[in-house]
Amino acid sequence: MPRRTDIKKILIIGSGPIVIGQACEFDYSGAQACKVLKSEGFEIVLINSNPATIMTDPELADKTYIEPITPEIVAKIIEKERPDSLLPTLGGQTGLNTAVALAESGVLDKFNVRMLGANLETIRKAEERDLFKEAMAKIGLEVPKSGFAHTWTEAEALIDLVGFPAIIRPSYTMGGSGGNVAYNLEEYKQCVQWGLAQSPNSQILVEESALGWKEYELEVMRDRNDNVCIVCPIENFDPMGIHTGDSITVAPAQTLTDREYQIMRDAAIAIIRIIGVETGGCNIQFAVNPENGRLVVIEMNPRVSRSSALASKATGFPIAKIASLLAVGYTLDEIQNDITKETPACFEPTIDYCVVKFPRFTFEKFPGTKAELTVQMKSVGEAMSIGRTFKEALHKAVRSLEIDRYSLDNKYIDADLSETQLRTKLMGRGWDKLWYVAEALRRNISIDEIYSLTKIDPWFLSNVKEMIDLETELKQVGSLKNISAELMRQTKEFGFSDKYLATIFGLDETDFRAKRRELAGSCVYKMVDTCGAEFAAATPYLYSTYEVECEANPTDKRKIMILGGGPNRIGQGIEFDYCCVHASFALRELGIESIMVNCNPETVSTDYDTSDKLYFEPLTFEDVMSIVEKENPDGVIVQFGGQTPLKLAVPLENAGVKIIGTSPDSIDRAEDRKRFKQLIDKLNLKQPPSDTARSYEETLVIADQLDYPLLIRPSFVLGGRAMEIVYDESSLKACVENAIAASPDHPILIDKFLGDAVELDVDAICDGEMAVIGGIMEHIEQAGVHSGDSACSLPPVSIGQKLIDEISRQAKMLALELQVRGLINIQFAIKDDEIYILEVNPRASRTIPFVSKSIGYPLAKLAAKIMTGKTLPQLGFTQQVQRDYYTVKEAVFPFLKFPGTDTLLGPEMLSTGEVMGISDDFGMAFAKSQMAAGNTLPTAGTVFISVNDDDKQKAVVSARKLHEMGFKILATKGTCIELIRNNIPSEFVLKITEGRPNIVDRIINMEIDLIINTTIGKQSIVDSFSIRRTALDKGIPYVTTIRGAEAVCQAIQSLNSKTIEVCPIQHFYQ
Amino acid sequence: MQARIAFEDGFILTGRSLGAVGTTTGEVVFNTSMTGYQEVLTDPSYAGQIVSMTYPLIGNYGVAAEDAESRKLFLSGFVVREASKIVSNWRTGSLTLHEYLEKNNIVAIEGVDTRALTRHIRDAGAMNAVITTESRYSDQELVALAADSQHLEGLDLVKEVIYSEPQQWCDEGKYHVVVYDCGVKYNILRQLAQVGCKVTVMPATATAAEILAVKPDGVMLSNGPGDPAAVSYAIETTKGLIGKVPLFGICLGHQMLGLALGGTTYKLKFGHHGGNHPVKDLATDRVMITVQNHGFCVDPDSLGGDVNVEITHLNLNDQTCEGINHKHIPAFSVQFHPEAAPGPHDAQYMFKRFCEMMENN
Repeated sequence: MPRRTDIKKILIIGSGPIVIGQACEFDYSGAQACKVLKSEGFEIVLINSNPATIMTDPELADKTYIEPITPEIVAKIIEKERPDSLLPTLGGQTGLNTAVALAESGVLDKFNVRMLGANLETIRKAEERDLFKEAMAKIGLEVPKSGFAHTWTEAEALIDLVGFPAIIRPSYTMGGSGGNVAYNLEEYKQCVQWGLAQSPNSQILVEESALGWKEYELEVMRDRNDNVCIVCPIENFDPMGIHTGDSITVAPAQTLTDREYQIMRDAAIAIIRIIGVETGGCNIQFAVNPENGRLVVIEMNPRVSRSSALASKATGFPIAKIASLLAVGYTLDEIQNDITKETPACFEPTIDYCVVKFPRFTFEKFPGTKAELTVQMKSVGEAMSIGRTFKEALHKAVRSLEIDRYSLDNKYIDADLSETQLRTKLMGRGWDKLWYVAEALRRNISIDEIYSLTKIDPWFLSNVKEMIDLETELKQVGSLKNISAELMRQTKEFGFSDKYLATIFGLDETDFRAKRRELAGSCVYKMVDTCGAEFAAATPYLYSTYEVECEANPTDKRKIMILGGGPNRIGQGIEFDYCCVHASFALRELGIESIMVNCNPETVSTDYDTSDKLYFEPLTFEDVMSIVEKENPDGVIVQFGGQTPLKLAVPLENAGVKIIGTSPDSIDRAEDRKRFKQLIDKLNLKQPPSDTARSYEETLVIADQLDYPLLIRPSFVLGGRAMEIVYDESSLKACVENAIAASPDHPILIDKFLGDAVELDVDAICDGEMAVIGGIMEHIEQAGVHSGDSACSLPPVSIGQKLIDEISRQAKMLALELQVRGLINIQFAIKDDEIYILEVNPRASRTIPFVSKSIGYPLAKLAAKIMTGKTLPQLGFTQQVQRDYYTVKEAVFPFLKFPGTDTLLGPEMLSTGEVMGISDDFGMAFAKSQMAAGNTLPTAGTVFISVNDDDKQKAVVSARKLHEMGFKILATKGTCIELIRNNIPSEFVLKITEGRPNIVDRIINMEIDLIINTTIGKQSIVDSFSIRRTALDKGIPYVTTIRGAEAVCQAIQSLNSKTIEVCPIQHFYQ
Repeated sequence: MQARIAFEDGFILTGRSLGAVGTTTGEVVFNTSMTGYQEVLTDPSYAGQIVSMTYPLIGNYGVAAEDAESRKLFLSGFVVREASKIVSNWRTGSLTLHEYLEKNNIVAIEGVDTRALTRHIRDAGAMNAVITTESRYSDQELVALAADSQHLEGLDLVKEVIYSEPQQWCDEGKYHVVVYDCGVKYNILRQLAQVGCKVTVMPATATAAEILAVKPDGVMLSNGPGDPAAVSYAIETTKGLIGKVPLFGICLGHQMLGLALGGTTYKLKFGHHGGNHPVKDLATDRVMITVQNHGFCVDPDSLGGDVNVEITHLNLNDQTCEGINHKHIPAFSVQFHPEAAPGPHDAQYMFKRFCEMMENN
């Protein structure tokens, strides 16, 4: 059946900013969809608010709208573009929910837009629990006992049916947002109330718990001829009760007999048919009672998901690409298997290796929240690894995480942990339970007992035991001299890292590596080929293992290796993957072989289509060196993947690897405090007074010299980890202790904090001879808020041309002095018209995709070409691009997932993603950025203002504007007096400590539409905490900086005076 | 204990002993199923063969009595990357793969680069090999031993795997089906019983007259091991049944029907052994994921001259013939295994189709 002829123009909805539960896997799937559908000749209209995506590159769609993904905005785009079809299944839950809203409001009917893949009825059947339950009953499948509640009374009645523990899930959310387990009535009541607040339609599902059961996921594809195939069965290492996104997962399923697997497969096929996913992929979760094999269906996602990205990477079967082709009418047998190039896509991949996915967490950034895993997803990223055995894959996954763990060693846990404490840990829900399991095995606690405490399948436990037994044997042998070649070989086959083995034998890693290679040789590379080697594979997608035959097959071509960014985390995410992908595109354009190394399954960089060769490997010295030795590349790019590859630059260079681009020495000049100071002095530039210390006592002395406020931070950390602004001596000690704990081996950095300064980010590109400014961004929030968390505007809005020119001059001077070949990012602060340099990073920065999208030039791609030896004049990029519109970047935060955490912004980065607003008017661009980030600003209503003394003068200006626009103002005492003194009518409201009804009551009663709340000092932060938290839970927009408030006023002014226009970026660039 | 697998062309891999100790020879085939090793081990069609599993982790869930596909293990040897040390499944006991193989006296090897083995067979074609745990053989001796071992072409292995006497599998049913046993898998019998057949198993040594004497409503030509051209007696019996009684052939049974209808068979380079092969039903244009286990194949061109026989199914990986149907008399057959076990159930409707054919006859 050939493709449909009635489709001409397709609208694709992306997933918006990276948030927990919805990360760059949807850029991977969306980019695949855009690419393949465009190459099929369809006209593609794309909407995605996230500029840091490959899919929003202007070449990928005919019309790319970087606009807020709300039903209203998408309706405007539909009205303007008149697509005949909408593909709702590739943009995660955001895309699906938006499509549902458009269908329900009649927009799709009005403009004759069809939904491809899944229609409204299908989506409802899959998403609405009662419809889903009914459908399952029809095909004779069980679901956990459950019911819906819209009120506490309904919920109270339900608990009798369901019993404790009960699971409470809000409807229509993604990533299990708001999902919780309750063990008693009190917890239940809290969970119900919270869940009802979270659900967009105030509906919760109360469900029988299958805690401790085995959990499985199947990825299913179906075409319009009703051909169905299963791409991959995935088994969770962690039992039911931990969100699958937070579980260690393994592919394929390991502990199901064929009989049981086929029952599950039949069930999956019956489900996709009854739910009615006409074409495309879906993901179905099952739970199996380990006592008797009872199978229940947990849920189904009628769309491409995080798991389908994982399954695609795990098998080599590109689910999103094929789902897109199926959506336009192809059938599975008409689509070629890209990897074999000779067999059709209508088959079930068989894999001859084991895949382990390990989630990555950042609990340390959210100290108010317990570091526990529940049915609500909390991980911010994941690493995937491939090995020929589970043991090898697990070891590789651990070191892929980049959490400075290279083994299951017990040095990562408390040395004096008692057995009772250990058992408690095993029963608990820590993210690091694997290490406690290993410790329990080391202490000879039986597999049976560990199983009964953890419900982790004995097969997995037995494998971990083999790893621990071997570790014990190695420790007993003690010296490398006494290790046989055979034992060393087995150790490497089990996936033990050189780094860990070196510590066992008391050697440094390089020495150990040399001896290990003598004794047991090197790894080989095997192909991921979808077919277990039954057919020859044309696509080199490789992983390492210790076996006989190597399939790497290096070419003699000129080749360059790109080191990716590893698992997503706060501070290092999709922006860096975007840069790596662009490096790969650049190499392709130059005819140079590109070799990608990365271990993040969510990304575009690990699509086997992106580079000439893909090594799905951990980004450690050992793993990277092995590839270098095999491939012998002409150069390695380390500056695009964030800190991960950068940390490897010096060890790799010392090992003789050619690092291209800016030299590691230049990077060191910028990173090393002393050398940086010399650099600044040499160029006659200014930086805030600063010093370094190694103890509290030393800090105290420096504090007296520099005077408060001070910015205190550890060195050699990412994303502003443990960075704090200290206003007085009383809070200095705790802060210094934190900083020492975060990076114990390195000195603490102390800067004079420039209060109330304007911060600017500059990205520039340099070929060594010439430097060109990519973009200058003015932060909306004042200095002190991490640049990754601050909104920013390109071009700057409040800085005069003279200062801008001077900043450009300084930036170029720094780039040339550091002999940058590629990208450089510089952070400036302006206080009292003085320019200070805060930081210089001679590498790709987080803002590169935003700047590239803003100016319409792919900076990362240009930079990669420079690294290969091209010059800026050769590339035709010799002048800063000036545009006559504004783009505003806003950050998106995961606070909702971390109850108990304050939402105040500070020097430690907490955002997971970003959005962009674009308009020829700054206020409108900012308003769009807020809308895209989920803080739609009110145009009328009541604003609550409570600011600290320093901000009162400025608050008056904003308040006046709001008053003039018709807002009613509520304010706390000090602020209220100040406003009235300035003739701005405002109503006094009690602080939370002053009695009731107070401001929090008013927020809960939904009497407030906007909150402006700035604080300084520990006490006022504590006092106002519940204001911010309640606002967050109630979805009320709030601003915590005075400069942010000013921008909000401008935005509201624009919203009140103009209509929101949508325009594709391709038009902006003309 | 060290073990080796040596191929007749000199390719040798070293690993560790698994299952019984000793030396064994056979034709090496690789199976790409990720689950179902027990069904593979007990499939009589593997007689004379050494099976190498492409999925590296085998034995994880143990063995369950009810999952056996025949009364014993007929294969010559078994190769895995890693055999599980323990067993984990609610249905199975504690018997490990190693113990199971040992108990059934199967010489096997683990810890070898099974992917290298697969690629070798894929490129060089199916060939014989020897697995040994005995250090007394030199590598050269092993290669010679492999080369000298009996090859499958022309070899009748059916007689080694069949029951010698007729067996009653299921006493009651709407249709009486005789299963002409060439090495039948239990799941064919189970599936027939499931769709309402009374099932009598008669050995491949039975003549057409003996079979017709029990007055069956239909005859199932079963799967079985080895070269279809070598079982001339079975082809004779099939000839004697054509037109007299509805026929349904599976795998070897399909090849026998093809040969009985005047076609020829040929040996594939390395065969199809796995559970993920796409097969298109040419009547409906739909694709099913099928279970396959065959080294030989019916040549569609050899039947092309016969206007009475149509090709009904096609393998989408290599376009080989997967099913035939006689246009005028009730007889059809498929190369794949609709009974699955192990593998997907997509093709199980073929048993219903057989019932419909008996009903309409």
